[in-house]
Amino acid sequence: MSAEIDAATGTRSTRPTAKRRPFDWRHNPGFGPFTLLVMLFLYTPLAVLVIYAFNANRMVTIWGGFSVKWFGAVANNGDIRHAAYISLLVGVLATICSTVIAIAAALGFERGGWFNGRSTAVGLVTMPLVVPEIVTAITTLIFFSAIGFHDGVLNLVIAHTVFCIPFAMLPIQARLSAVGNSYEEAARDLYGGEWRIFLRITLPLMVPGIMAGAILAFVTSLDDFLISFMVSSAGTTTLPVYVYGMMRLGVTPEVNAISAILLVVSAALALVAFVISRPREAAKAVAADTPQIAATS
Amino acid sequence: MKFRPVFWLLLPAVAVIFVFMAIPMLISLAYSFLTADTYGGVTSPPSVAAYVQLLFDQDFDGSLIFMPDYIWIIVRSVYLAVFTTVLSLAVGFPVAWYIVCQSPNRRKVLLTLVTLPFWINTLIRTYCWILILRDEGLINNFLKWTGIIHHPLPLLYNQGAILLGLVYTFLPFMVLPIYATLERLDPRLIEAAYDLYATRVQLFRRVVWPLTRPGVAAGVVLVFAPALGAFLQPDLLGGGKQLLIGSLIEMQFTSSRNWPFGAALATLVTLAVVVALAWQSRRSKPVEARV
Repeated sequence: MSAEIDAATGTRSTRPTAKRRPFDWRHNPGFGPFTLLVMLFLYTPLAVLVIYAFNANRMVTIWGGFSVKWFGAVANNGDIRHAAYISLLVGVLATICSTVIAIAAALGFERGGWFNGRSTAVGLVTMPLVVPEIVTAITTLIFFSAIGFHDGVLNLVIAHTVFCIPFAMLPIQARLSAVGNSYEEAARDLYGGEWRIFLRITLPLMVPGIMAGAILAFVTSLDDFLISFMVSSAGTTTLPVYVYGMMRLGVTPEVNAISAILLVVSAALALVAFVISRPREAAKAVAADTPQIAATS
Repeated sequence: MKFRPVFWLLLPAVAVIFVFMAIPMLISLAYSFLTADTYGGVTSPPSVAAYVQLLFDQDFDGSLIFMPDYIWIIVRSVYLAVFTTVLSLAVGFPVAWYIVCQSPNRRKVLLTLVTLPFWINTLIRTYCWILILRDEGLINNFLKWTGIIHHPLPLLYNQGAILLGLVYTFLPFMVLPIYATLERLDPRLIEAAYDLYATRVQLFRRVVWPLTRPGVAAGVVLVFAPALGAFLQPDLLGGGKQLLIGSLIEMQFTSSRNWPFGAALATLVTLAVVVALAWQSRRSKPVEARV
């Protein structure tokens, strides 16, 4: 950082008589290529994994031609199918629970105004984002063991619901804040009942945020390894936990194939959530909603 | 204005996270002061054995011998987390700056590109590096093919690999908060400083840096906290040879079956995060630019 600035200063001071270029703080030579390098750093490993998942060779990193046979091997593996089923089951249930809770919480934070303990509530609800995963994982394990609660899938659903709440809440909250509350105020001026305002104005306006939040909660649940690893029991292995077990045994083409599938599914879902929750899209949606709101009120 | 008790809607979220996260952390704290049961779990007599174990090892005759092994694991975890944070800051700040300087549409694309890896499974993202770094990995194969080396370089299973994995995983956490504060920075302040003959270094040190401090502080905490307790990167890229505190905690609950010791270590990690958060909230107070 400072080296580039020094260099820039150096050039300027050595040519005091040169015409002073109009200053532009946006112009930082080197930052563009640097960012490109960082993007390559972020995406090359992912590309390598996906490409090598199509490698026909049993030797993982020696290219032996294009093949989809390892995906077939993954599809025929009963244990993987069972783990995928558990992951989907837990993911769907945790998504439903966390999204419902998150909708309420987002409304409370965005429309509840100021009240005593608001910042404490914010801190508590966003706690899963800050506490290291290992701490969440073992404290959850200790908790379930302390209360003597061992129902594999239900344990996982509860644990996943807890850490999915902030991920589901943030896009909903962003959407509520972007839309503002003028529509609700207008409806209130027109003597709309609170419940009716919620059902006919607030809820429809929240839909893109809710969808994005639900998708992100699902991705978060699908991606979790450490918490499931500590909490799950023999019959309730989730897909990442199973894949971790495969990785421990060695680098094999099947691991590449199942990892590539997980990678592409997560990335695709996250992209969908981003597109839905984009502010520009939100603004367009509000504009499109306006005549309907006018008609209903 | 009419009384709208909307904030009661927070109750489910607050209750769920309080019951299933805050209370478990308190139980874990309590467990760290109990005695280990032989088959996992804890038994009743309260003890500080777990914390004593951090520094001392009990000999056969019951006497305590100073054992710095665990201290070294903690020290190693802390410096790798600090290193990860510093590297992420050094890499993330120029990236965030570059993104802010783009047109709104390009900003969105670049931000999405930076954020997207965060949503991909950490396990999978860490595994990618095994394919690249291992003895039969891409780098070694390439170097052997070109004839530069004849024996594979030991790229995997060392601290460098762990550090690489940690930076790779947590970099988005640094870029995003810094971007958020840079975006809100008033460009007129920079122009004013420039008009007052500030050099680029002065401009950065006295205008940009103080104003982006809250974002940097948030990024530092968001990278440091998970890096300190990281499990997957040291486990997969360190090959179990470079034990860090995250793996040590995991071991206490699986193979070693010493729950109080694991809980004590988790308490230490939590304490470190609380300290980092306190530091952050002090740093993120609005700062007047000393222009």
